[in-house]
Amino acid sequence: MPVEIIETNKEPLKPVQVDPVTLDIIENALRNARFEMDAVLFRTAMSPGIREQHDEFPLIANRDGKMVVGQFGSFIHGFSAGHEGTVEEGDIFLTSDPYSCAGAISHANDWLVLMPIFRDGRLLAWTAMFGHMTDIGGKVPGSLPTDARQIYEEGIVIPPVKICKKGEMQDDLLKVIFHNCRLPHWNRSDLNAIVAAIRTAERRVVEIAERFTDDVFHQAMEELLDRNFRAMKQLIANTIPEKRQVFEDYICDDGMGMGPYKIKCAMWREGEKVIFDFEGTDPQSTGSINFYLNEEMFKMFCGVVMIMVFDPQILFNDGFYPLMEVRIPEGSILKPRHPAALSCRTHALGRIFDVISGLLGQGSPDFLCAAGFSDSPHFMYSGYDSKGEWYQLYQIGFGGIPGRPIGDGPDGHSLWPSFTNVPNEFLESYFPLRIEKYETVTDSGGAGLHRGGNAVRMVYRFLEDGEISIHDDRWFTYPWGVNGGDPGERSKKILKREDGTEEILPSKCDRVVVKKDDMLAFETWGGGGWGNPLNRGAEIVAADVDKGLVSIEGARRYGVVINSNGRLDEPATDRLRAEMKAGYDSDEIFNFGGTLEELRSRCLEETGLKPPTPPVFTATRRS
Amino acid sequence: MAHRLGVDVGGTFTDVLLVDDETGQRVTSKVPSTPADSSVGVLNGITRACEKAGIKPGQISQVMHGTTVATNAMLTSGGARVGLVTTEGYGQVLQIARSFVPGGLGGWVIYVPSAPLAPLELTTEIFERIGADGSVVRPLDEDQAREALLKLKDAGIEALTVSLINSFENPIHEKRVREIAEDVLDGIPVSISFDVIPEMMEYERTVTTVANSYVRPAVESYVKNLEAELTDRLDGVTLRILRSDGGLASAGAAQVLPVNHLMSGPAGGVSGAIWVARQAGFENLLTFDMGGTSTDVALVRDGRAALRRETTVGDVTVRASSVDVRTVGAGGGSIAHVPELTGALRVGPESAGADPGPAAYGRGGESPTVTDANVVLGYFPESQRLGGDMPLDRSKSQEVVQQIADARGLSLERAAAGIVDIVNENMCGALRLVSVEQGYDPRDFALIAFGGAGPLHANALAKLIHAWPVIIPPGPGVLCAYGDATTRLRNEASRSFVRRFSNTSSDELRALLEELAGQARASLEKEGEEVEAVHYEADLRYQGQGLQLSVPVDLKLLSSDGLNHPGEAFDRMHTKLFTFALDSEKEFVNLRAAAESPGSELTAASAPKGKGADSACVGKQVVFVEGESVTAKVFARELLGSGDTIQGPAIVTEMDSTTLILPSHEAEVDDLGNILIRPQEA
Repeated sequence: MPVEIIETNKEPLKPVQVDPVTLDIIENALRNARFEMDAVLFRTAMSPGIREQHDEFPLIANRDGKMVVGQFGSFIHGFSAGHEGTVEEGDIFLTSDPYSCAGAISHANDWLVLMPIFRDGRLLAWTAMFGHMTDIGGKVPGSLPTDARQIYEEGIVIPPVKICKKGEMQDDLLKVIFHNCRLPHWNRSDLNAIVAAIRTAERRVVEIAERFTDDVFHQAMEELLDRNFRAMKQLIANTIPEKRQVFEDYICDDGMGMGPYKIKCAMWREGEKVIFDFEGTDPQSTGSINFYLNEEMFKMFCGVVMIMVFDPQILFNDGFYPLMEVRIPEGSILKPRHPAALSCRTHALGRIFDVISGLLGQGSPDFLCAAGFSDSPHFMYSGYDSKGEWYQLYQIGFGGIPGRPIGDGPDGHSLWPSFTNVPNEFLESYFPLRIEKYETVTDSGGAGLHRGGNAVRMVYRFLEDGEISIHDDRWFTYPWGVNGGDPGERSKKILKREDGTEEILPSKCDRVVVKKDDMLAFETWGGGGWGNPLNRGAEIVAADVDKGLVSIEGARRYGVVINSNGRLDEPATDRLRAEMKAGYDSDEIFNFGGTLEELRSRCLEETGLKPPTPPVFTATRRS
Repeated sequence: MAHRLGVDVGGTFTDVLLVDDETGQRVTSKVPSTPADSSVGVLNGITRACEKAGIKPGQISQVMHGTTVATNAMLTSGGARVGLVTTEGYGQVLQIARSFVPGGLGGWVIYVPSAPLAPLELTTEIFERIGADGSVVRPLDEDQAREALLKLKDAGIEALTVSLINSFENPIHEKRVREIAEDVLDGIPVSISFDVIPEMMEYERTVTTVANSYVRPAVESYVKNLEAELTDRLDGVTLRILRSDGGLASAGAAQVLPVNHLMSGPAGGVSGAIWVARQAGFENLLTFDMGGTSTDVALVRDGRAALRRETTVGDVTVRASSVDVRTVGAGGGSIAHVPELTGALRVGPESAGADPGPAAYGRGGESPTVTDANVVLGYFPESQRLGGDMPLDRSKSQEVVQQIADARGLSLERAAAGIVDIVNENMCGALRLVSVEQGYDPRDFALIAFGGAGPLHANALAKLIHAWPVIIPPGPGVLCAYGDATTRLRNEASRSFVRRFSNTSSDELRALLEELAGQARASLEKEGEEVEAVHYEADLRYQGQGLQLSVPVDLKLLSSDGLNHPGEAFDRMHTKLFTFALDSEKEFVNLRAAAESPGSELTAASAPKGKGADSACVGKQVVFVEGESVTAKVFARELLGSGDTIQGPAIVTEMDSTTLILPSHEAEVDDLGNILIRPQEA
């Protein structure tokens, strides 16, 4: 390991007995500390991305860098592999370079801050947190250029550096970094907030160690990891078949007219170990939709989804990592070679969750969820207002949660933890725009025994001339349904000019010029349906129609007939359902809404946009 | 001769406290609650108290009341059928909410949101629009609005909410829609968002106003009935209802803005605790109210409860000021279990509730609860009765706790101690939320314990957070009624004011605050109340931040120091909470003024002088504590007097609660009968 940890206290931590109750107490105390980190950050950060939408991820790890509480798995190993130099008491590290931390963060907008926690001269634990910066410079406002070919075009890239050395903040270094960003006061306050959050974690860890001794604290972290290992071992043995399962899904396009890009993964179990193999995934894109997927992070995603699906009582940490092996081909869209562009990785990152759902569910369809709102579509609007002040909005969209074993998918919600929308009154008072509509898209959730959640339609009216950028996906492929459920509706963007002309904007575009009183209808996509819609209670469908979530026409997908005064027509429903059941083919687990060829041939007619052309892959650097 | 009366309606008992305004003499009574119509219990309690005091009901001039009617309507989904009117394009504001899915990564797999309090099918969009600057962008289409309201009427709504975009900047359309609604809806109560909470953020404003409509008919009929009955028997009486923020509101205000009363019950407990502790000389407190299914904690500084700008009931959070009471789903009835996959010991959140209750109650409970663990550990002496006259089924407790012992490979006692330790840790987490997380050090606070189970766990909890002394007030049960009887009348006026410091003058700020003060005063004075003090507050943040911190504003300091006065106070508070301040520009978010009537002069009665603790010792009991079995003395609370001291380990019993004093700790009875527990001096 190139990292040299400097400890003034050389006495090793002693293995000790931890009584089971102390273990439980330490687990609770660590969990409280992690939620406190979130609370501190949300309250003090300034960019709406972190403040309102909560685009951030904290953790506390043991001395060896294994995450004991957190969400995304440990970022420490990747950092240790990429950092050369010392780690000392009072140091705080910052990096935004995915290539220097093995993809622990996956684009340069995410600033990762790490801190070793020392007590009495000995390294006791680690804490870390990353947050998405609204702007880090580069060629477009928001720093997510669709057409970038290299990471150098995407803004400032920070290798692992000490922003605090033995307790002393490195202000000159920070000055250089902030100087490269369009909204430096946001970067400064967001970074301040992240540092305040990890200092909170440090205080809590030291308090716990004081209360129980360092040896007990250290041993407890080990045992918490081991406890998770044992639980997951049993869960894997019970739920993952030895038989090889394969699942494929797609990123619709790269914003430059090519697509779709395939993500393919095979899964099987060998003894107690489960293997995920991404052989067959497309090579890296020349554009910026590449997603540098850290193997450990993928393990965490899988582990978390398994836990949520099969047994939400289990608390997750890095303990189970030895039970999984992840193979990602070099030079693929999931492991691109430096200096490939990475900024628009959000689509592939989201899509990974659909792939996991598809893989895990094949073995046990009762636990399978449909395709969800597997993305964080971005909307950006910037320019100089009539007073000459720069405005810059970065906003994340929401959509339909899929139909799930437990029931319908919520409408217009987030698949990402703790994300929230920005209140429209807040937007209107801080940015030159008016939100004319904020509603869900009727019928956009896939029909099913459990209905997929509806997409969101947000209609922006621009009150100043400016430029907009859009990053979305699932306009070409469908959010698939499962176990007989229909796919959800795809996404769509319509720009209505002030003179009444309308144009359909591509799902990914940068720097589209808008004028005052132009309007943009930004429609995300719905969740896939779960189970045969013909088995959904007709009165539930009628209630959905009454609520405006499903239309009278849309109710027919469930075989339900609603008459013109909005009432359920039972005899007609019985007849229609009998008819539809006769023609129903229920063998397929997945409903993708057609083959790629079929989607291509119907594309222009159905979406108003030309189908993407198959990707061409160019030579990349040899590693 | 005037008397005042405090009355608290709990789940099991209704407590009444009658106070003679002149002599300060008081009488308490305890009668069973009558959940079907709680006014029956209230009147029974009043009758009983009057008999005890030997006065006629007509001598009571004021009744002060903490009620859970609003809370229960929310928790039991027993509220009104609410219609909702929104701006076109915003009808699904409650359906989408804030798009938030709880539960962390993957939480969406199991999240099931509850249905909106105003159903989508009873939501209607109207044609109008106010801009962010308050200008009318699109005039109100009155005909369309009238037609939409008539449809809601046909659909059988029982209450109506009008919540339009940017109405906090300009309420002209909301007010007009209310007029039309009053015209066509035949007396159905109408709440407009500008009246309930004139602040930015459409979801929060809408859900708050809808919650107001949702509980309004239930509260209205309850308060009306009670007032009628009281007036009938108690000539010329005034009824006041305790609000969530610990102030009192007139019966009329409670009926119009019941959303301000969702935490009326817990606020009474905190107010009572403040009053008791102040008499004993403590102004900085952590309150700890542990019941059967949940525990409420709050922080009190300088004799004032910390307030927060929101109230949470079940999974609904509304923007209404409330005493910052945090509730954890941990109480005496919380069930311990060991999940097979992890083998970890978990306590709660499932509870055995009141029925069947802990196994020790012998009413069919088969799950090991915290109470059962306490029974196994010997903390309830043989003489103790629970929940009235029930003897404890000790063998049953041992049997169920043995399940945990077997699953974890522990001895029976160690398993029981583990259950108690875990539940204490959870409550410690709640105390941390109100103290450390808000920048306060728990070591600067005393811990006051009440509720059925509070005094049993308080000593252990204080050890964890180093909050001394532990205060166990006499008769922990009637504390809430004390709170009701000793609270001031308070009225608050607020408005949204989003403006940078650089665009604001201190004169403008002063004028706005004084205008709010005028509003806050007017409604108190209308009821013939004297206004003693007005407190001003501004919510501030660094421009662009999501948080807002409430900073007290002193008009004198505003004159002398200008905006530096609130600005510097904000920097200090920010540093205290988050370790740093910024040199960025600050901005105002909301302004508030609260007018208060003079407080009560009521003082606590002193306890009789003790005859030495030994004379109150009624037995001995073997208890398992801190890993070993020791013998504890058992004392009867009613035999203890002021000045008596007890060395731990010891148990003090009284009718509805039990106090545990740990080894190496000492308890002293003060002049007012409070038990104060502290670590023994080395």
